Amino acid sequence: MSGQSSILDYPEQEFILPGNRLCAGCGVTIAYRFILKALGKKTLICVPASCLTILHGMYPKTPIMATTVNNTFAGTAAAASGFAAALKATGREDWHVLAMAGDGGTFDMGIQGLSGAAERGDNFIYVCYDNEAYMNTGTQRSSATPAGALTTTTPVRPKEQLKKDFMKIMDAHWLPYMAGISSAYPADVYKKFLKAREIKGTRFFHLSAPCPTGWAYPTKDTVKIGRMMVESCLFPLYEIENGRLSLTGKSLSIARSGGKKPIDEYLGLQGRFKKITAEQAAAFQRHVDEQWEALLARAGF
Amino acid sequence: MEQTLILTGAQAAAEAARLSRVQVVAAYPITPQSKIPETLSGYVERGLLKAEFVRVESEHSAMGVCIAASIAGARAFTATASNGLAYMHEQLHWAAGSRLPIVMPVANRGVGAPWTILNDCQDTISQRDTGWMQFYCMNNQEVLDLVIVAFKAAERLLIPCMVCFDGFLLSHTFMPVAMPGQQEVDSFLPPYVPFHTLDPENPVNINPVVLSDTVADPDGVPSPGYMGFRYRLQKSLEDGLAVIRQTGREFGELFGRSYEDPLFHYQTEDADFLFVAMGAIVGEASEAVDALRGQGVKAGVLGVRVYRPFPAAELYQALRQRRVVAVVEKAISYGYEGALASELKAAFYGKSGPAPVIFNYIAGLGGKDVATADLVQAASESIAAAKSGTVPDRAQWIGC
Repeated sequence: MSGQSSILDYPEQEFILPGNRLCAGCGVTIAYRFILKALGKKTLICVPASCLTILHGMYPKTPIMATTVNNTFAGTAAAASGFAAALKATGREDWHVLAMAGDGGTFDMGIQGLSGAAERGDNFIYVCYDNEAYMNTGTQRSSATPAGALTTTTPVRPKEQLKKDFMKIMDAHWLPYMAGISSAYPADVYKKFLKAREIKGTRFFHLSAPCPTGWAYPTKDTVKIGRMMVESCLFPLYEIENGRLSLTGKSLSIARSGGKKPIDEYLGLQGRFKKITAEQAAAFQRHVDEQWEALLARAGF
Repeated sequence: MEQTLILTGAQAAAEAARLSRVQVVAAYPITPQSKIPETLSGYVERGLLKAEFVRVESEHSAMGVCIAASIAGARAFTATASNGLAYMHEQLHWAAGSRLPIVMPVANRGVGAPWTILNDCQDTISQRDTGWMQFYCMNNQEVLDLVIVAFKAAERLLIPCMVCFDGFLLSHTFMPVAMPGQQEVDSFLPPYVPFHTLDPENPVNINPVVLSDTVADPDGVPSPGYMGFRYRLQKSLEDGLAVIRQTGREFGELFGRSYEDPLFHYQTEDADFLFVAMGAIVGEASEAVDALRGQGVKAGVLGVRVYRPFPAAELYQALRQRRVVAVVEKAISYGYEGALASELKAAFYGKSGPAPVIFNYIAGLGGKDVATADLVQAASESIAAAKSGTVPDRAQWIGC
């Protein structure tokens, strides 16, 4: 696919039937829908205990139209490795293996297994859908929660520590492909998955998935919030192919033509930041600016 | 063609995996099991075994890989011991709950803290309630044979199986082992056929959240709740002993070593006194029996080869006419007594007629040597206490 993709370019087949059990306005489903359209029906999905378990429904009903296997919380990457090994051992390498885990199952509990699999270069695509807290269990803080956010385990004083830079950790595994993607930009998601599916080895996606329930904003604003994260360069869209970083989509146009927005409005729209101090907000902005400058430098701007 | 080789237990386990044509191996090294993944990775690299060897970063992932591989249709194998097995714990439940015929030798080792690398059976006994089958080997021939038998039984029952053998005492000790030929093993163990075949036209959602009650699916077909699934696992295990017996008999018909009997008998026919034990200690108990027979005591040994599913009826039959039984265990349910002793006593509960006086000895923890003399003394004390009616109310520790 080249240039601007049109809605007519996407496969018509849907792999998530209407009427799933996720919260209204969930950011995960938007991206998930396009991920599965890009990968197609020969996709074997593995999922830990997470919001996606809820999407996939309760036995004996499910809205998911691709084969899914649930695994233990810390076991997503190992499950993906096992599928990749079995498909190779039995001569069925035309299947894609897709691991879909949240930030809890990736940044925190799943990091050991993922690091092991990524170092081995096992043949699967791993998506961390990041809603910045343990949302499935009720918005407890994770290492992906940004400083300044209230959660149910930082209920009085907003979280003090910075969000872990997980892409840096994955970057240290010399992966053939990794990318930052956002639910607010499904065309960018689709395009990157078309590319990733043709690459062998461990491919890693960091998906920004805004969460109205945990972030406390109106359900209609998921795409708006997601766009603000990209427009403020808090969550840039990019890809890293064999170590070479390129900005994509909106982030590329900001790098070329400017228009980076401050994070104030983004913070102000969410109940989770209602107790953020002026000092914390300023530090947050400085942090975003520094990280964006570093990314620009690496991208050759 | 069968040939006899001199092998350690770890080598025997690796050879059995090769002969079983495992397709995915995922293992993390831990003393005293390490020789198993080392040997198999060499076989894979030299092309002697057509399998994917996944060099995982932990035991938790080793079992995670095996679970996924088995679901996707590959015969999956791993091996571990001690804290490595403990680290797998949630995955053990997941494997059994998923009804996957994974086979895992465990080179039995004590569990920390404090650290020990030496043998006892606390590691596997602590995993007793995960829904796995457990076989215990007396010697390296049984290690080789029972791994192959385990695959066939596991694939018939769709239940995973641990093949337990004592660390160092078997894992590192060379013994003659009759090695069956590949063709013969192939005729015994057909290729693995998974319960579910991957089909892009018929997608499924495996192991989703289930409710507590039976509910109708969209076509109105009643679908089990959580207890319904768990009951099916229990039912299969309860019925499984017959399948294990049949599989053991078939192995015997082909290779001359039958494992139809879940128990091992040594000098039991006329015995008044019996040791009951599992694993390599059965060999030591047999020596003690020879010594006791020399003193005129009608002693014997009953070895428990299949521990899960528990052969309660077979044990009851084998023990009901005896006077005194000493259960010698290399593990304990802390705060009470050895698990095997408790279960043996339970097998007699509610039965009328004769029953032996049952004693429990805890021995050999963390590699503590169990001398023949210790067992002879335990037998003599048990017989005397049974006679005088002074039965201790708790397990006796040997060598403390």
